[in-house]
Amino acid sequence: MTETFHTNSLFNISDKTKNRNAAERRFRMYGILAISIGLLMLLVLATTIILRGTSAFQQTFITLEVDLLESKLDKKGNRNIDDIKKVSTFGYSPILVNAMKQALEKHEISTSLKKKALGGIISKSAPSQIRDFVLEDVNRIGQTVVFKFLVNGWIDGYIKGRYSRESVANSKFASAEQFDLIDQLLEVGVVEKKFNFDFIFGADASDQRPEAAGIGVAMVGSFYLMLVVLVLSLPLGVAASIYLEEFAKQNVFTDIIEVTISNLAAVPSIVFGILGLAVFINYMHLPQSTPIVGGLVLTLMTLPTIIISTRASLKSVPPSIRDAALGLGASKMQTVFHHVLPLAAPGILTGTIIGMAQALGESAPLLLIGMIGYVATNMPNTISEGLLSPNSAMPAQIYEWAKRADPAFIERAWGGIIILLIFLLTMNTMAVILRRRFERRW
Amino acid sequence: MALNGVFYSLMILAFLAFFVSRFLTLKTVKGDIRRLHSRPVYYGLNSLFLTVFPAVILLIVWSFAQSILIDEKVKQQIPENFITEDAPLNLIMSEVDRLSEGLKQLVDQGTLSATKVENEDSELFGIEDKLESAGVFLSSSISPEVLSASRSKFAMEAFGSSTRNWLAVLVSVLGFFWSLKNSTAEFRARNHVERITLFLLGTAATLAIFTSLGIVLSMIFEALRFFGMHPWTDFFFGSTWAPSFSAGSELSILPLLWGTLYISFVALLVSVPIGLYSAIYLSEYASKPIRAIAKPLLEILAGIPTIVYGLFALTTFGPLLRYFFGDGGFLGVEWMSDSRSVITAGVVMGMMLIPFVSSLSDDIINAVPQSLRDGSYGLGATQSETVRKVILPAALPGIIGAILLAASRAIGETMIVVLGAGAVAKFAGNPLEALTTITTRIVSQLTGDLEFDSPETLVAFALGLTLFTITLGLNVLALYIVRKYREQYE
Repeated sequence: MTETFHTNSLFNISDKTKNRNAAERRFRMYGILAISIGLLMLLVLATTIILRGTSAFQQTFITLEVDLLESKLDKKGNRNIDDIKKVSTFGYSPILVNAMKQALEKHEISTSLKKKALGGIISKSAPSQIRDFVLEDVNRIGQTVVFKFLVNGWIDGYIKGRYSRESVANSKFASAEQFDLIDQLLEVGVVEKKFNFDFIFGADASDQRPEAAGIGVAMVGSFYLMLVVLVLSLPLGVAASIYLEEFAKQNVFTDIIEVTISNLAAVPSIVFGILGLAVFINYMHLPQSTPIVGGLVLTLMTLPTIIISTRASLKSVPPSIRDAALGLGASKMQTVFHHVLPLAAPGILTGTIIGMAQALGESAPLLLIGMIGYVATNMPNTISEGLLSPNSAMPAQIYEWAKRADPAFIERAWGGIIILLIFLLTMNTMAVILRRRFERRW
Repeated sequence: MALNGVFYSLMILAFLAFFVSRFLTLKTVKGDIRRLHSRPVYYGLNSLFLTVFPAVILLIVWSFAQSILIDEKVKQQIPENFITEDAPLNLIMSEVDRLSEGLKQLVDQGTLSATKVENEDSELFGIEDKLESAGVFLSSSISPEVLSASRSKFAMEAFGSSTRNWLAVLVSVLGFFWSLKNSTAEFRARNHVERITLFLLGTAATLAIFTSLGIVLSMIFEALRFFGMHPWTDFFFGSTWAPSFSAGSELSILPLLWGTLYISFVALLVSVPIGLYSAIYLSEYASKPIRAIAKPLLEILAGIPTIVYGLFALTTFGPLLRYFFGDGGFLGVEWMSDSRSVITAGVVMGMMLIPFVSSLSDDIINAVPQSLRDGSYGLGATQSETVRKVILPAALPGIIGAILLAASRAIGETMIVVLGAGAVAKFAGNPLEALTTITTRIVSQLTGDLEFDSPETLVAFALGLTLFTITLGLNVLALYIVRKYREQYE
C-alpha cells in the first residue's frame, strides 16, 4: 500500500478536509455569534430600560403638619377670597419652613441648615399645593393640616443613589448637610420613598420641578392621536384595499396606485411631518400642536401599512367563497361586504393594531407639528378639547424630557419608555392572540 | 348657522331619509318585500346617500373655492403703493390672514360683535391689546390698510360661510325629498347604492396618490421659494452649513449629506454582517425550536420605537463610549469630546436595522430552491461551502435589495440621530466626532418659532425634498432588484 492511499482514507483525514471542516465550524460559529450579538443587544436594551426606568415610578415624599397661619395668609383676617388670592405661592414658603422646623423639633433632630436650605428640601411645587388647598376653602386658614409633599429632585436623586455627598460638593442646588438631614428624617419616617401614581397619571412640570412631572396628560394626548388614526385609517384603508383587491381593473391607473402605496410605506416618517406642517398647519390653518393634526399625519403614515395587510387578508379568503355567494345570486358588492370582509376581519384587525402600535411609538413627525416644547399641564375635559387643544404625546414627551439637562428628567424619560413599551407590548400581544384565535387555514 | 349645526342637521336628515324612504317603499308593496326590486335597506341607503353626499360635496368644493376667491379679492384691495421691497405681497397677506383669524377669534369669544368688525372703524384701533389677551400675536403694529383688508376678509368669510352652510342644508333637504320619489317597488335601489359605494371605494384608493402628490407638491413649492431667496448652487455645491439669523447664511446640503451617509454607513457596517449571518444561520443551520425562539426575539428589535434607541444612544451608549475614548477616560486617549458621535448614532441605528436586514435576507434565502442545495451537497460540498458558493450568489441580488432598503431606512431615520449624532456640520473623518444629518437639521430648522419667509426655515423643505428623492430612489431600485430576482425562480 502506498502513502497516498492512507492520507485519503476516512480514518486519516487529509489537511484539505481538515481545513474544510474547520471552515465549516467557523462559519457556523459566525452564525451563532451574529445571533448572540443580536440577542445580547436586545438584552442590553431591555436591562437598560428596566434598570434606568423603574426608579421613576418611585418618588420620595415628606409628610409635614402645616399650620395654615392666619398672619401669613390672611393678614386682614376677613377671609376675603380676593385678598387671599393676592398672596402668591412665594408667600406660602415661610409656612413650609415653619412646618419643617416643627417636624425637626418633634423628632429632636438638630440641623445647621438655614431657612432657605431647609425649604429647598421640599419640592417647588409644594407652595402651590398648599395654596390650591387654601383657595378651595378659605375657612381652612388657621387649621393645622397634614400634607404629603414631594421632595426636591436633587434630594430624591440622593435617596435613589444618583447623587452622593461628594458629587454635590460644588452644587448650588443641594448640599451634604441636606443629605445628612434627609438620612435622619428617613429613619424617623417623616420622609419615605413610595410608589408615585402622579408619574403615571399626572401632568408634565416645568424644568425646575422634575419631581412633579408625569406622563398622564401626554398619555391622553396619545389616546386622542390613536382615536383619530383609528377612525380615519381603518375605514379608508379597508375601502382602498377592497377597491384594489376586488374591483379594480388591471390598468395603468391601478398600477400607479399600487406603486404609490408601496413607496409611501417606505417614505421616512419625518417627511410626513413636513407634509403635515405645510398642508395641515400652513395651508389649512388647523391649530398647531393638536392631536387632530398629529392624528392626520399619523393616519397618512399608517394607511400604507393597513392597506398592505388588509389586502393580504382579503387575498387569503379563497375564491370558492366568492363563487358560492355569486352563485346564489349575490351581487359582487354583496359578496364582498357580506362574506369576504367578515372572513378577512381578524386579519384586518391584526394589521390595524400593528399599524397603530407603530403610530403610537412614532415621534419624528410630531416634532415638526409642534407637539414638543410644550408643557402639557391640562387634562382635556371634552372630546373636542382633547382633539383641538394643544397637547403632547408619549414619545414626544419622552423626547422633551430627554432634552432637559437634569438627570431626574432622564430617569423620567426611561420611566416613560417603560409605560410606552407596556402599551406597545399589549397591542402586539393582542394582535398575536387575535391572529392565533381567529386565523383560518383554508 | 355654524358648521356644527350643519353637521347635526345632516345627521338628523340622514337618519330621517333612511327610515322614511324605507317605510314608504315598504308601504307601496304593503309589506310584501318579495315584490321589491331590492331589499328594503337599499332604498333607505339610497335616500341616505342622496341626502348626505351632495351636501358634503358642496361644503368641500365651496370651502376651497371661497378661500381662493376671497384671497384674490383681498389682494386687489391692498393699494399698490403699499407693497414695497420690505413688505412684499405675500408678507402682507399673511399678516391679513392672521389678523382676520384674530378678529374671528375675538368675535367667537364675544369680545367683539361681528357687526362692529364689519361696519365701524374707530372701535378697532387699539385692537392689538385685545388680540394679545386672546393669544394672537402680530409681528408688527397694524396699519390701516391691513386692518381694512382684514375686516373685509372677515366680512366676506363670515358671509360666505353662512351662505355655504345654509345652502348645504338646503341641498340636503332637497336631496331628501328628491330621493323619496324613488320609493317605488320598481326602482333599482341596489344598483344605485352599489354604484355610489364603488365610487367611494375608488376615491379611498386614490387617497394614496393624493398623499404622495401632497408630499411632493408641498415640498416643491416651499423648496422653490427657498431657491428664490438662496442660490441653488450654494445649496447643492457649497461647502458650509452655517444658518444665521442675520443675512448671509450659508446653507449647503453637502456637509449634512456627508454626516448622513457616514452614520448610515456605520449603521450598515453593524447591521449587515450581523443580520446576514443571523439570517443564514436561522435558515440553514438552526433547528426548528431555536428558529422559533430566536427569530421573533430578534424581530422585537424592529418593533421598539426609535425614541427608545435615541435615548439609549444619548444616555447609555454615548457615555459608555466616552468612558473609553473620552478625555481622562479608561484608555487614556482624547478622541472623543462629546458623548454624541458618528459611532454612537451609527451603532445604535445598526442595532435597530439588524432584524430588518435579517428578516428580509431570510425570506430571500428561503426563496432559493432546495434543488440548488441538493445539487451542491450531492457534489460533496459542505454546508458552508453551499451557502457561500451556491446560495449567496443565487440570493445576491435580493440581499443587495435588502441592504438598499436598510440604507434608505438609515438615511431617513430621525430620532436616533437627533438625540445621538450631534449638531456639527462639517466634513470630518473621525467617527468619534459629532456630525449632523439631514433629518436632524430638518427638525432643528422646523421647530420652535417659525418664520415661513426666511431661507433658514424654508431650507428644511429643500432638505426634505432631497431626502425624499434619495430614499425613494433607493426604494424603487431595491424593489426592482428584489422583484426581478424573485421572478427568476417562480
